[in-house]
Amino acid sequence: MSKLMDWKELRAGDVLPGGTAEEFNTGDWRMGKKPVWHPEICIQCLQCWIHCPDSSITVDRGTSKMTGFDYKFCKGCGICAQICPTKPKSITMENEEK
Amino acid sequence: MANLKEMAKQEERLTGGHRACAGCGIPIIVRQVMHAIKDPVVVGCATGCLEVVSTIFPYTAWKVPFIHNAFENAAATVSGIESAYNAMKRKGKITKDIRFVAFGGDGGTYDIGFQSLSGAMERGHDMLYICYNNEAYMNTGVQRSGATPLGANTTTAPAGKVKQGKEQTRKDLTACMVAHNIPYVAQAAVGNWVDLTRKIEKAMSIRGPKYIGVLQPCQLGWGYPMENTVELGKVAIETCIWPLYEVENGVYKLTYKPKEKKPVVEWLKMQSRFRHLFKPGNEKILERIQANVDRDWNELLKKSEGGGAH
Amino acid sequence: MAIYAKTGNEAMAEALRQINPDVVAAYPITPATEIAMIFAQFVADGLVDTEFVQVESEHSAMSATLGAAAAGVRAMTATSSQGLAYMYEILPIASALRLPIVMPEVNRAISGPINIHCDHSDTMAARDFGWLHIFSENAQEAYDNTIQAIKIAEDARVRLPAMVTTDGFIISHCMEGMEMFDDKAVKEYIGEYKPEYSLLDVDNPITVGAIDLQDYYFEHKYAVAEAMRAAKDVILEVGRDFGKKFGRTYGLFEDYKLDGAEIAIVALGSTAGTAKAVVDDLREKGVKAGLLKLRVFRPFPLEEIAKALGNMKAVAILDRSDSYNSAGGPVFTEVRSAMFDMEKRPKLINYIYGLGGREICLADIEGVYSELSSIAKTGKVKNIYNYIGVRGI
Repeated sequence: MSKLMDWKELRAGDVLPGGTAEEFNTGDWRMGKKPVWHPEICIQCLQCWIHCPDSSITVDRGTSKMTGFDYKFCKGCGICAQICPTKPKSITMENEEK
Repeated sequence: MANLKEMAKQEERLTGGHRACAGCGIPIIVRQVMHAIKDPVVVGCATGCLEVVSTIFPYTAWKVPFIHNAFENAAATVSGIESAYNAMKRKGKITKDIRFVAFGGDGGTYDIGFQSLSGAMERGHDMLYICYNNEAYMNTGVQRSGATPLGANTTTAPAGKVKQGKEQTRKDLTACMVAHNIPYVAQAAVGNWVDLTRKIEKAMSIRGPKYIGVLQPCQLGWGYPMENTVELGKVAIETCIWPLYEVENGVYKLTYKPKEKKPVVEWLKMQSRFRHLFKPGNEKILERIQANVDRDWNELLKKSEGGGAH
Repeated sequence: MAIYAKTGNEAMAEALRQINPDVVAAYPITPATEIAMIFAQFVADGLVDTEFVQVESEHSAMSATLGAAAAGVRAMTATSSQGLAYMYEILPIASALRLPIVMPEVNRAISGPINIHCDHSDTMAARDFGWLHIFSENAQEAYDNTIQAIKIAEDARVRLPAMVTTDGFIISHCMEGMEMFDDKAVKEYIGEYKPEYSLLDVDNPITVGAIDLQDYYFEHKYAVAEAMRAAKDVILEVGRDFGKKFGRTYGLFEDYKLDGAEIAIVALGSTAGTAKAVVDDLREKGVKAGLLKLRVFRPFPLEEIAKALGNMKAVAILDRSDSYNSAGGPVFTEVRSAMFDMEKRPKLINYIYGLGGREICLADIEGVYSELSSIAKTGKVKNIYNYIGVRGI
């Protein structure tokens, strides 16, 4: 994906196979803070999952249980931590080393 | 009714790796919509934030068929796709049930896209048009649109020494859609996922043209800390500045009534685009905003009482 | 073979009926409206299987047609002048997405002032959008060209949209005798449409129309340019094949008595018909005159035109539109460019004529040939850039 395609490889015109953005790293957008999960407090309400703009809450499709974060995409916006209903929060924004 | 555990079983139809701002409300809406739809779906999208951030060649965050044509023609483009589908179905070349959704920002819907939307709705295509309304032309740098509310600071109607932001109230596009006599029209918002997903399911159960306008907080254009996007949506709903309702075959129904209607300044003070309204001398504008919200809310209450018709 | 009395619009509507596209999204505009109207009656009478979408503007007509084509079906529309102008934004999107949309386009003057009559300014202004441009001299050609355009546009080497033109009112509304093939023969000839991609293939989701940054736009556009270059051979193949099957062969242009000619005119559309009558007359009088009726304007047949006209002494290019570039009309500048590298080339002059439906008569064409004769004799050109019939010049 990092190699630029030449014109002959663009057969169909401006058409792409679906989902290629999964190869694009937006995790490096984070500015020093990342979400951290505290599973022992988590009630698996999935509010974080339904509100994450970057599809970065990982869930097990079979059990519908949250399993953590996809740090490749997570931009560190903090919506998940803000919306988490438990007291104390099951998701906290914490400093991360770059 | 939509159930998170059920929805979570479905693969992401909008993946990560798109370039929306951190904390952007648009992908929140798109993900909620996509998870509330079970059928195969084809998406058409107008030029704007959503299209630009989610499809930068050779990357696309869409795992459903997706087309971007131009700025003002999402509705026309999707009506063409839906017509093609009908043709194929009639000829027996396709048997699958496929649904059609068009996304447009308020720019591409209220203003430049108005004609194409109106035509598509009048022609009765079986499609759902969703307007993600961040109340300005955000992708090009926060210019005012027909959806921009009174007093908001935008880059083409800024607050300065002699002007105080937008001088006109916004267009009520939802009412325009109701006037098209289509089977389903609704307003929803980021901040009430239950309401939005229920409306999507409702819309999908109806055949014919449908429109849903979704209020979408924009951290860059409205000026607030990025983690507050959902919180801001909730405040909007509680102040009734963007009421949640639906109109099914002309019958109004309020889908959310706050226990205690909050004063609109609670909403305005959270965003820097309204900061200038709190300067001495601008009290009249704040009063006017509250008066308009109250008037519109009361009218809506009347229309929805006992299932009032429009 | 039966001869039918059909106007240009009726002929094109018949071609559309026999092509039987899956989707037609159309909007009325004079003088193209009838194509959609006649077709609408075919739909109402169940003579076609088409989903007919009565859109609310030409911009939506092309947008919906594009959406349908991207959904993997044969989709067509028809328009003219301001309607084409309203579509301009979408035309280059259609070619960049490599969608073989075929569109009858009735040539009418672009506003302003508003004028509903024939000239070529509407399609000429759209010449850089990556669409094929095929001009028809009469109703027969309008019918033949529309059918051939399907084969050309859908060819795997091309996959570009095509506009097939007729002169507004002159051809679109005038009845002529023409032959039509039977429905089955046309259906077999154009065959099943095999799209390169389809939005309706939900099991293999695609994204169509992503934004290109600086790193990809140029390659996408180069691909369109290459397809346009490749289209020339395909047009010739299809033209020959059509000839074998239906009895009339088509090329990039019609060579009318160019053999041994010393002077010639290049013209497009119905004016060529008028010029043919003048050529016949001149030839009878012993004047070595000929006519090159240009059929395909995009792709522009550079080498072929240079070869056909290279040995002439003087050639006049007739443009039914002005470029306002103070350097001649669009056909003139391209023909002149075609001749530039030749060792020996004719004197070239330009005549802008017929704007807004201004008549062009036998006497006007005779005047052009007369001027060409004088140039051929003396080697001297009085004026390169000329206008026919403007009052006051």
